[in-house]
Amino acid sequence: MAELNVARREFLVKAAQGTSLAVTGGLLWAYLVRQEAKAQPYALRPPGALAEKDFNAACIKCGECVNVCPPDILKLAPAGGDLPIGTPFFTPRIGACVMCPDIPCVKACPTGALSPQLTDINQAHMGLAVIDIENCLSWKGLRCEICHRDCPLKGKAITLETDPRGLSKHAVFRPIVNSDYCTGCGICEKACPTAEPAIRILPHALVQGKIGEHYRLGWTFDTEITQDFKPSDKAPETPPEPSGKPAGVDYLNEGGL
Amino acid sequence: MSTAADLSHDKLEQRSFPARLWSWRYIVLRRLVQLGILMLFFGTAHWAWEYPAKTPLLTGNLSASEFIGMVPMADPFATLQIFLTGHVLQGKVILGSAIVLGFYLLLGGRVFCAWVCPVNMVTDLAGWLRARLPIPAMFHVNRNIRYFVLAASLVLSALTGLAAFEWVSPVGMMHREIIFGFGAGIMALAAIFLFDLLILKNGWCGHLCPLGAFWSLVGRTAQVRVRYDKDSCTHCGECAKVCPEPQVLNLKHLERTGVVDSGECSNCGRCTPLCPEGSLAFDLRLLIRKPGADKSVSARRTK
Amino acid sequence: MGLTRRDFLKTSIAASAAATVGMPLAKEAEAAVKAAEAGWQWDKGACRFCGTGCGIMIATKDGKIVATKGDPDAPVNRGLNCVKGYFNGKIMYGKDRLTTPLLRMTDGKFDKKGKFVPVSWDKAMEVMTEKFLEAYREKGPTGVGIFGSGQWTVPEGYVGAKLWKAGFRSNTIDPNARHCMASAVAGFMQTFGIDEPAGNYDDIEYTDTAVLWGANMAEMHPILWSRITNRRLTHDKMKVVNLSTYGNMSSDIADIEIVFRPSGDLAIQNYIAREIVKRNAVNWDFVNKNAVFATGPYDIGYGFRPKNADKFASGKEMEVVSNEQVHVIDKWEAIAQRRKEGEQVKQANTATAGKDWAISFEDFKAALEPYDADFTTAVAKGDPDESDEAFKAKLKQLADLYCEPKRKVVSYWTMGFNQHQRGTWVNEQCYMNHLLLGKQSMPGSGAFSLTGQPSACGTAREVGTFSHRLPADMVVNVKKHRDHSEELWHLPTNTLNPTVGSHFVKMMRDLEDGAMKWAIVQVNNPWQNTANLNHWIKGAREMDNFIVCCDGYPTVSAKVADLVLPAAMIFEKWGFYGNAERRTQCWRQQVAPVGEARGDLWILLELAKRVKIKDTWGEQKVPGLKEAGFEDGKLPSVLDEAKKMGYDPEMSLYDALFATPENKKTYKWPDKVAKGHDNHIAKNLGWFVEKAMFEEYRKFGTGHGHDLAPFDVYYDDKVRGLRWPVVLKDGKWTETRWRFNEEYDPYVKKGQGIYFYGNDGKALVMGDLDKPGDGSQKVKLDGKAKIYFRPYASPVEQPDKDFDLWLCTGRVLEHWHSGSMTRRVPELYRAFPDAVCWIHPKDAESRGLKRNDLVWVESRRGKVKVRIETGGRNRVPRGLVYVPWFDESVLINKVTLDSTCPISKETDYKKCSVKVYKA
Repeated sequence: MAELNVARREFLVKAAQGTSLAVTGGLLWAYLVRQEAKAQPYALRPPGALAEKDFNAACIKCGECVNVCPPDILKLAPAGGDLPIGTPFFTPRIGACVMCPDIPCVKACPTGALSPQLTDINQAHMGLAVIDIENCLSWKGLRCEICHRDCPLKGKAITLETDPRGLSKHAVFRPIVNSDYCTGCGICEKACPTAEPAIRILPHALVQGKIGEHYRLGWTFDTEITQDFKPSDKAPETPPEPSGKPAGVDYLNEGGL
Repeated sequence: MSTAADLSHDKLEQRSFPARLWSWRYIVLRRLVQLGILMLFFGTAHWAWEYPAKTPLLTGNLSASEFIGMVPMADPFATLQIFLTGHVLQGKVILGSAIVLGFYLLLGGRVFCAWVCPVNMVTDLAGWLRARLPIPAMFHVNRNIRYFVLAASLVLSALTGLAAFEWVSPVGMMHREIIFGFGAGIMALAAIFLFDLLILKNGWCGHLCPLGAFWSLVGRTAQVRVRYDKDSCTHCGECAKVCPEPQVLNLKHLERTGVVDSGECSNCGRCTPLCPEGSLAFDLRLLIRKPGADKSVSARRTK
Repeated sequence: MGLTRRDFLKTSIAASAAATVGMPLAKEAEAAVKAAEAGWQWDKGACRFCGTGCGIMIATKDGKIVATKGDPDAPVNRGLNCVKGYFNGKIMYGKDRLTTPLLRMTDGKFDKKGKFVPVSWDKAMEVMTEKFLEAYREKGPTGVGIFGSGQWTVPEGYVGAKLWKAGFRSNTIDPNARHCMASAVAGFMQTFGIDEPAGNYDDIEYTDTAVLWGANMAEMHPILWSRITNRRLTHDKMKVVNLSTYGNMSSDIADIEIVFRPSGDLAIQNYIAREIVKRNAVNWDFVNKNAVFATGPYDIGYGFRPKNADKFASGKEMEVVSNEQVHVIDKWEAIAQRRKEGEQVKQANTATAGKDWAISFEDFKAALEPYDADFTTAVAKGDPDESDEAFKAKLKQLADLYCEPKRKVVSYWTMGFNQHQRGTWVNEQCYMNHLLLGKQSMPGSGAFSLTGQPSACGTAREVGTFSHRLPADMVVNVKKHRDHSEELWHLPTNTLNPTVGSHFVKMMRDLEDGAMKWAIVQVNNPWQNTANLNHWIKGAREMDNFIVCCDGYPTVSAKVADLVLPAAMIFEKWGFYGNAERRTQCWRQQVAPVGEARGDLWILLELAKRVKIKDTWGEQKVPGLKEAGFEDGKLPSVLDEAKKMGYDPEMSLYDALFATPENKKTYKWPDKVAKGHDNHIAKNLGWFVEKAMFEEYRKFGTGHGHDLAPFDVYYDDKVRGLRWPVVLKDGKWTETRWRFNEEYDPYVKKGQGIYFYGNDGKALVMGDLDKPGDGSQKVKLDGKAKIYFRPYASPVEQPDKDFDLWLCTGRVLEHWHSGSMTRRVPELYRAFPDAVCWIHPKDAESRGLKRNDLVWVESRRGKVKVRIETGGRNRVPRGLVYVPWFDESVLINKVTLDSTCPISKETDYKKCSVKVYKA
């Protein structure tokens, strides 16, 4: 009986040791993996890349997209770099996506991390061009607008707004990026003639804001609001009573005035 | 006293130089295959090797690839991890995995480890050095731990939504960085090298690597195996000395089966040319008879 | 990645955080900037690039240009620049700047087939002079040529012209402005009898309408375009019309975009004239007082080799070139020129293409009759996807704008008009409409020709560096003009050669057929910018000739040359440029030339030092010399008379023409105007050449409507260029804004109103639409301009089943001309690295092509490989492709056609036919 107990105790201890080793190791491993994946929001992915999490899950890190990229701009992130290990990315200032009409990188992807649903390269959203209006030559009044002219979706993704300059009889041509059309190819960033580019491609999540769900822009009539502002016939329904303790009761009852 | 085993030792010692060289044949061949595959990838990536014209020869890397624009291949273990993350896999990678899996099911799963995996070159070097240096063992670790690591990588893939091993795999780092450009992956390899050299003999490949574990499981059905002839064996133990997975050469077990049937054997070909009695040799499993079934066949095939 | 994305975000967050909490980051940065700028010396200058003529300020420190900025005081640009102008400071510092003379040699000796080897300036000059004299002795003055430039400074052009015309007695001097402005010049000279626009850039702020005829100002004259845009935004009435053979950036703010078929502009202009007449919109007071109606012959050829073309052109080429002899009238020409379709017309007036005679208004009106909306639409609609109705509606709108009585209109054009097989005609048609309406030479109204080069006006045209010209609008084939020039230059009578020399394209042909054996190239890249290049490359490399190329960089032309001389670039020398609005601007040497580079002026003078009077002023053979008073084929010796005038036959041309004792005495170096700036040429030669030459040159224009202020006035710190004629008024040098207008132009007397004095003293024979009369009836031209009727003529090469697309060539904003400077600025190179071929998406699709594909663009003459672009800045219609010519790896001029306007001899780079297929 005692022997059995010893064996049992040993087993339990071993099991506990094993479990704790597994849990600690597992936690450490998971931490490493997640840490590595954290840099994902900073990466510019090839066209058709799935959303952040899905891309991380799906990319098998094979580099087939890198192989087929005609301008050879795609790279696989090396270990220890700033971007998630082994995944494809590009650096527009060094090499911008040339927007191949047949999108070979997407075709090459074996896992669908670059989604085959992207069939029109103009629908790609690799990132969003952002203009530093303080250092943009065009915004300063110079006739540069290289980004606008070089933009493959010129007149859509980057448009020019013209205004009188005031200081002189020379109009100012201000490039404006339209996020609906910008594919994030980075040709503008590569071409920008300033010492550090005044237009850069950043992942959408880092730059785009969002208007609250509770509000609709009143002057855009393409929303669900119709132009005749008739009050609806039905009286608004009273909101249902919340279950449990009614809100505000705690405050009202706390006294202390 | 001169036992049969001692005679075997002597035989080994007294081998002629050409015979010694000849015994290296599988190692040389393995290096050629390992480097050759990397070369094909590298040449396609950097020198635009094509076959047929205008078709890249071998794109990608060991995780997934495409040969002559027609044959997709993929690492089934990586694919399995991605599957567990919840991503809906595309046909190409599934087909690629099936092709690779089928190949290794026939040839022996860990053929990948010995003949393809580039980390093998690093660990072999560490093992070779360790055999020549007086480095005492620090501790013993159960070789089955790799199956736990394998299980953990699958569980973690499901939990984190990221192919857990692929994000830390030194194997991936090595071939990726050789093909697509160097990074800090070289540090990971250095760590493995030192680990294998100083801390644990055959530490990475023989104990930890979940990919090796995966291939071990796959390798159970392999058709190309090392045949064992118990009649000629003198139990000299030379084979176990050079084997990176010596547990697969459990002679008692082999006497029963007549073949190295463990999935952990990587068909590396270290033991076969070395066996002084020719008791170990590659063969097709289908042609290997159980011991004692038909001696004449066995004898004929030994010479 | 130098700065990683993560780092970037971190630093920008840090920077913005610092700014919000009031850390003194900005002030520190400002102080740092100030400290860095300490010791910078700022001086005024002019932009190196286009004809707009923006003023810039240049900062130098330790012998290097450290910064530039738009000159806030410059009226043209008010402190702004386009992105090329932004890089003025970097163009001289390309990695492969030439720093030493290079000669083709084998075993230490010159060898035409040898490799380039560095040599000393002395050796270079010795070989160059030896080869020069060899060619001169064998072929005479026509055997030595100089490819000059509209980027030459005024003194450089003047020295070039004087050395060639007075020194070498050769008129084989022609600038690249021939490719650029010659049609505008011919148009001005024929219409007004005097060159260059009446108006100026101030028109933009006065006008109600800007009509662009083949001028993509948005890209090619960016700063002027911002002025037009500003006017469009601030003046309700302002309308902008863009006429072009393809949709371009200028359409972005245009109210009307008219895409016309190549040469359709000839019909559209006549349509407008017909509307003006039909609507009784003719300003008869103006026309009666200031204009006569005129016309000229139609059978003038296409500017190919007049004879023996088949000795050089291939069979395929001859399909087009044969039109030079006989042209078959097509169905549109039949209507437009009152002929029959299929009629074979012998081109009888190729040598006399410029002759003209007066006609009656009735004849003029009758000639316009065929150009109704239907005909014009049929011949001129350029976009096959546009409906006839839509095109007609736009034509009507355009005519409405011109005809609206109170509406001020400026018509602008550049290469679309000038590079045209009927370039002179189409220029004149533009004046036709402005003169009919009386909308000319008034603030906000007029026809205004823009220029492409910084000194196409200032140097090429005003100095007269053309094969037919002398300074101040004078020409070599008029005795009076030669006499006047010989007097000013102190030359013996008959020194100047009365035969018009070879124009640019003919110089190339002369090299190809061996008529010319020595040529020098300055500030020019002829082997990239001349059409039908394969011939000329062969002519340079395979014929027995000697070609000298002076350049800052190893260009294509340097590659085909035998001797390459390292030229000092713009801010390494002193100079003047004259822009499109007659504004003469100047700059000082800012930095020393790199390496052993020297100014072009110095190179020419060094050549002059090595040639003696007796080498050139003796009797010379000149083919085709039939001028009264000369024996055919012989230019007389003037050595005897020269001796009487005190010239020693052993004297060098340098001493005789340039370094006269008087010049050396009057124009000493250093001069106070230098204000501490160096002058590597003056220092080397011991006298202030630029000033001496400028002052000498001034004498030509003074009193002839081309008056310039003295040298020092331009260098005054307050002056930002002056628009000639510049006359002394109340003790102040005063510029002229609108010429021929009594209110502004000192040459127009009080009470004359508008007065076109360029034709004073001339008369025109009266004739009918088909021929001049017998000469009995003449019309005096005093104070008058000519309203020409010029018909539509079809392009000599049109798309057919083999070559099924139009090819149009031109520029892009980022690069200037052959790209030898802008492609060496890394930022500009990166902005637009390689030429592309714009093609309509449907044309691409029907050829199995997609964006970025590499294709061959092939014509009867040659082919180049280029990538296609189906989107971006240019929207070409179906049936037309556009390829810029800046890229030496895409030598599109191997493909283009060397057909020129027979009057102006300017090449048509805007139309020829090609096929495009996958490479």
